[in-house]
Amino acid sequence: MKLKELVEKLDLEVKSASGNLETEVTGGYVSDLLSDVMANCKKGDIWVTLQIHPNIAAVGTLKELAGIIINNSREPEEETLKKAEGEALPILISKLPAFELVGRMYELGISGLR
Amino acid sequence: MVEESSIFGKGFTVRGGDFANAGEVSCKVRNILKEIGINSDIIRRVAIVAYEAEMNVVMYAREGTLSFEVTPDRIKLVMEDEGNGIENIELAMQEGYSTATDEIREMGFGAGMGLPNIKKNSDDFKINSIVGKGTRVEVTIST
Ligand SMILES: Nc1ncnc2c1ncn2[C@@H]1O[C@H](COP(=O)(O)OP(=O)(O)OP(=O)(O)O)[C@@H](O)[C@H]1O
Ligand SMILES: [Mg+2]
Repeated sequence: MKLKELVEKLDLEVKSASGNLETEVTGGYVSDLLSDVMANCKKGDIWVTLQIHPNIAAVGTLKELAGIIINNSREPEEETLKKAEGEALPILISKLPAFELVGRMYELGISGLR
Repeated sequence: MVEESSIFGKGFTVRGGDFANAGEVSCKVRNILKEIGINSDIIRRVAIVAYEAEMNVVMYAREGTLSFEVTPDRIKLVMEDEGNGIENIELAMQEGYSTATDEIREMGFGAGMGLPNIKKNSDDFKINSIVGKGTRVEVTIST
């Protein structure tokens, strides 16, 4: 599924790189621990997290993720968005808590297993 | 560390405590490797190594230099820092061991996974540390 469809189906707010939503989302991962994401997230994944600081943009870029969803309506820091924009990395916000958000993505066919 | 057969080599400074710019050096290294046309699976491994080494300097040292060198058959990364060093390297290499402060943990660091991940993604891994002076991590990834 394309990131764009996820945005529409889950009513996500696009905070950066709105021109880069054609990427295919090939899997998903949830974690608030950055080295866990560095170790276990895969290229093309959508990453769900509560972290909002600029380092998530570096992690998302280095791991070539499809995008990052921040759950529970948390607002990413200004600097985070600037960095993500510079790397064409989409950062999205969901109003939903992580459990519900991931459940809905799973229903849409996105899996955490590859 | 630049050898005759070197295709490319460069060094970057990483400042301890500078969370605002943390990760940027790793992103620069990645971009350079992409430009040179290194295989993307290799780049992803280098990115993990560079990022975890960079973050350790940001979290635990005063200042470090990340140098990398590309030769026809391998990429070598060296992160050398001035800082407190590591007292017990065997312990530091254990997954889950971390001395990160609560403040650092709140940002999602301190899972104790960085050094083990560096090792996992290396073909050759060396770590040396002198307490009160600093730490040196040297990684080779065959291309
Ligand atoms: N460059 C360094 N200088 C001083 N101490 C270090 C350095 N790198 C690692 N350490 C010590 O080794 C421990 C383990 O490092 P490691 O990278 O595996 O985990 P972490 O940094 O604590 O957590 P994570 O990497 O998962 O965010 C650190 O908590 C720290 O005590
Ligand atoms: Mg670490």
